[in-house]
Amino acid sequence: MKEIADIPEKTMRHSSPLLRLIAMLVYAFLYIPLCIVIVFSFNDSKLNAEWVGFTLHWYQTLWHDHEMLLAVRNSLFIACCASTSATILGTMAGLAIHRYKLKVLPILAFTPLAMPEILLGVSLLLFYLQVLNLTLGLLSIILAHTTFCIGFVAIIVRARLQGMDESIFEAARDLGATPWQAFYHVTLPLIKPAIIAGALMSFTLSIDDFVITFFTKGIGEPILPIQIYTMIKVAVTPEVNAISTLLMLLTLTLIILASRFDSSMLRDPSR
Amino acid sequence: MQLSNRLIKWLISGPPLVFLLIFFVAPSLIMIVTSFRLPGEFGGLAPLTIFSEHTSIDSGLTLETYQFFLSDWIYLEIFLKSFFIATLTTIICIAMAYPLALLIANSPRKFRNLMIMLVVLPFASNFLIRVYAWMIILGPESTLSHVINHILGVLGLEPVTLLFSPFAVLIGMVYVHLPFMILPLYTNLEKHDPILLDAAQDLGANRWQQFWCVTWPLSLPGIFSGSALVFIPVLGMFAIPDILGGTGDIMIGNLIKDQFLGTRDWPFGSTLSIMLTIAVLGATVFFTWLARSVMRSP
Repeated sequence: MKEIADIPEKTMRHSSPLLRLIAMLVYAFLYIPLCIVIVFSFNDSKLNAEWVGFTLHWYQTLWHDHEMLLAVRNSLFIACCASTSATILGTMAGLAIHRYKLKVLPILAFTPLAMPEILLGVSLLLFYLQVLNLTLGLLSIILAHTTFCIGFVAIIVRARLQGMDESIFEAARDLGATPWQAFYHVTLPLIKPAIIAGALMSFTLSIDDFVITFFTKGIGEPILPIQIYTMIKVAVTPEVNAISTLLMLLTLTLIILASRFDSSMLRDPSR
Repeated sequence: MQLSNRLIKWLISGPPLVFLLIFFVAPSLIMIVTSFRLPGEFGGLAPLTIFSEHTSIDSGLTLETYQFFLSDWIYLEIFLKSFFIATLTTIICIAMAYPLALLIANSPRKFRNLMIMLVVLPFASNFLIRVYAWMIILGPESTLSHVINHILGVLGLEPVTLLFSPFAVLIGMVYVHLPFMILPLYTNLEKHDPILLDAAQDLGANRWQQFWCVTWPLSLPGIFSGSALVFIPVLGMFAIPDILGGTGDIMIGNLIKDQFLGTRDWPFGSTLSIMLTIAVLGATVFFTWLARSVMRSP
């Protein structure tokens, strides 16, 4: 395809001032709400209504909120476990789907991403309580998060494999490498960026997930998104803004880090 | 050699397959079975007689919940309302995403990735935070509420509450799902060959004709895949109506949530979930069919 920059100006038709204005408004629509949350996290007022003055009071409140800190710890633990297992299983799935003409595995790995989250949440709840007799808690959430993260990792790994020259793997085999050696010395280093990106992506998805966590959580252990939900529903204080700002900072860092490893990801994370 | 290759295939595909069979397929099957059972007296399920006795006549499975679903108009009404909200959200998303996607696709290549990244970044922040942001903006004490009610007051109209209304639900839905429309639309528009527009211009088409006769029809597959990505999650959403909506603004998702965490009527909750699954499958088939028929027609 031709580089747009090489084409004379007259072909750039769809960039009139009106279009630019609308695009700017859409960007504003995307960013203003988040900016308001951040600004009000530093606001010296109990109400999220108008700017009164600068304070770090809400961050201090957060620091002394043991329930919230425990929720953060639990969520980080869940995200570590879920992203580790999802990265291992998802990498295997991505490799298998790319290498063999499989029919069932792609459907099983990708369908959870394409359906409303509530369906997976509800069916897992029934399964845990009826079949596994599992006490709902951290483990049930980790397993649930792993289930939907596998597909994301598989997509990223498979996309990386599709852009690769398959013949180098065969060359390694021809030169006498065992399948394991060929994988370890040739395939693995090449797909490593995709694996890291997949791991960071599933970590982010796990920390952020509300719906599936909501259905598979037990009572007793506070989990970050649930804690935020309760605060929003029951009593909104700017402490929510403070934890939101910190969480945004964390996911932003992770996403940027992930895109460093695999630039194709930021272009279309939905597929 | 043959054997070891098959062994490798199973070693790689086996673990994820087994995991997904246990944690995705089995739960789905359990949900289907549950929908044919009866609720227990104290929530949960009535015991299955099939395991205790060897009579296959009374297996404890019934169609009762499905009959119940169809007997009361209110459930179908909530389904229809959810479809309506999902359709409206999709249309608004198309209207907002199209100009931006078009502008990005027509920008110099070096700016495009940055512009797309600016679309993705807010999307990377927590879902609840994005919904919560609108609670602040639409709240009764917010600047926006004051301004709107001031204008309404000047016009001699009754003040309105923005939060906890269908309007708030719709804004929240659009806000959360907008990137799902922008990305596939951009991916489609970026592939358009500018030569086509040159040809249209040479044949005497003005700017609007060039857009309506060339760019718009070619972008339809992008619109349809974006629509599927917006429509389906909106259909099953419960958190946004729960947080931004009033008591009357419930959707399918809220109904399902109430069956599991409120009244604890698992069979009816499962029935509703299966109805939602059927609706989602229907929507997927519909959008795939639309995209295919558009691809064939020219």
